[in-house]
Amino acid sequence: MAMVALAAHKLRSALTLVGVTVGVFSIILVMTVMRGLQQNIESELSGLGANTFTIEKWPAINFEGPSGWERFRRRKNLSYQHWQALREQATRARSVAAEAPFAMGEVASRFERSNPDVAVNGVTPETFLARNWLVEAGRALLPGDLDGSRNVCVLGNTIMKKLFPQGGALRETVKFSGVNYQIVGYLEPKGGFGGQAQDNFILIPITTGLNRFGGAQWRSLTLYVQTHNQDEMEDTVEQVRGVLRKVRKVPPGEVDDFEISSNDSLIQQFRDLTLAVRVGVAVVSSIALLAAGIGIMNIMLVSVTERTREIGIRRAIGAKKRNILTQFIMEAVVICEVGGLIGVILGVAGGNAGAYYLKLPPVFPVDWAIIGLAICSVVGIVFGTYPAIKAANLDPVESLRYE
Amino acid sequence: MPLIRLQDIWRSYQMAAETVHALRGVSLSIERGEYVAIMGPSGSGKSTMMNLLGCLDTPTSGTYELNGTDVSHRDDNELAEIRNREIGFVFQTFNLLARATALRNVELPMVYAGVSPDERREKALVALAAVGLADRVDHRPNELSGGQRQRVAVARALVNSPSILLADEPTGNLDSKTGVEILALFDELASKGNTIIVVTHEEKVALHSRRIVRILDGNIASDEQVRRVEGRESRFEGKPAPDPSA
Repeated sequence: MAMVALAAHKLRSALTLVGVTVGVFSIILVMTVMRGLQQNIESELSGLGANTFTIEKWPAINFEGPSGWERFRRRKNLSYQHWQALREQATRARSVAAEAPFAMGEVASRFERSNPDVAVNGVTPETFLARNWLVEAGRALLPGDLDGSRNVCVLGNTIMKKLFPQGGALRETVKFSGVNYQIVGYLEPKGGFGGQAQDNFILIPITTGLNRFGGAQWRSLTLYVQTHNQDEMEDTVEQVRGVLRKVRKVPPGEVDDFEISSNDSLIQQFRDLTLAVRVGVAVVSSIALLAAGIGIMNIMLVSVTERTREIGIRRAIGAKKRNILTQFIMEAVVICEVGGLIGVILGVAGGNAGAYYLKLPPVFPVDWAIIGLAICSVVGIVFGTYPAIKAANLDPVESLRYE
Repeated sequence: MPLIRLQDIWRSYQMAAETVHALRGVSLSIERGEYVAIMGPSGSGKSTMMNLLGCLDTPTSGTYELNGTDVSHRDDNELAEIRNREIGFVFQTFNLLARATALRNVELPMVYAGVSPDERREKALVALAAVGLADRVDHRPNELSGGQRQRVAVARALVNSPSILLADEPTGNLDSKTGVEILALFDELASKGNTIIVVTHEEKVALHSRRIVRILDGNIASDEQVRRVEGRESRFEGKPAPDPSA
């Protein structure tokens, strides 16, 4: 019934819809992009194993501007010795891992050579656990590989497939900048998006890397600490902080000269950062929806006047006041819902176009779509009620006589 | 027990400072199955009469018993229910919903009566067939002739099996030939036992009824039975109608 009334005034309904569409569109658009960003961050973070936190020289997000960077730059690097100290003294930790990117370039096997975009990362045996890397064939790196600074490596799945299209990578060697590394294993695919860049690396013992590529003085490692369970997270963080402050000789009262972050804390930082954007969008959208609602009320009042006779007919043949009331509120709600639905579709499409441009995975914020449509219903009910009451209170005799 | 019993009905309107009495103590009884015409010049109070009979309005004083129950002081919702159940309206201007098909129009009273969609459709099709529009059910009012529109209105009026068919100048917007057709339909309905009340100012229309009630200045001026002569309707008998209080 409401759809019939809508269809009868296509242009008018369409124009009325636009307001709602714009309001919902802006909400959904921004929420879609935000959701995409957030998922992206989360999926990168989920590269970490369970109950793991990281220690770095640099914070993930700098809140202090250029002067902040200067302060961070002056910090001592996280060194191999720090890792060793943590491993011995942080007794609460299940494992302490270290990782450092050493180089990037072309890797070659007997058969194939890669693009010059393969990362060579130095790792410790614990890193496999902390990073959630699973070995598909062969073995991970072992403490002995580190002690002997052996020229061995574990391949990421992507590069393994590239270099050994026929398989049989184990016990082969790969060559990187003139040095052969024996392949002791390769990893399961991580299933990254956008070209599987996540798997395009080779892993060598961190000691091998430090010897070969140097820079022990200026290279800062990333340390990963895994706890036994979630409950011990806080205590472990405190212990690790204490140990690091001691070995790095941070005077009491000074702030830490390193950054400890977990998935949760990073996600929280992201949320805080985007809160302002989301609040802003909510305010703008609310204003748009308020304007749309007033437009709807206006058009509904016109509609009630125009259809006075119809109301009279309906009342004469037995419609109660509340039937008329519901009919007009429903019409307002349908206008809003149709507008909202278009807004959701455009918003998701626009948001995903933006996400595609930013090379983010596509997302469909179901919760926000539902919230958006719910808001539309509320707008329809709120702004449709007054015209509907007016319609319901028309006198049947008068309205039957209305020309 | 009469179907309709009006007793000393007054209906007054407050116009600015003065009170206008549209009806001044009308008393009237109509039995089930009667075919009554209510006549009167404009301003006589016949519209007010029709609104009251149709439960679109309530009297200022007096009682209106419909089917043995007093309906003169009901609230808006109850009146809507009574209209839905007991009264079928046929208007001069048809008053169909322009955007709905004939079928939808006829279904409408049943929508408000809470009839299920399937039953609604079934009954509406029967009602449309009964007025000879079985092949026009999916047409909208603007695709129908005046006579067909009025037939749809009649089908809509009868679909809930009301106690009264209340027609207000049913031929007023029709040419004379179509008017005759509609009146023939009314005759047929009356012969099947429907109670019909036609409000009109046309003598020719009134002569189709069996009883003519004339209203003048808010009161019943005359109330006479129509005598039917073989082959043609004409002249009334001049015999007074039964005493309404009897």
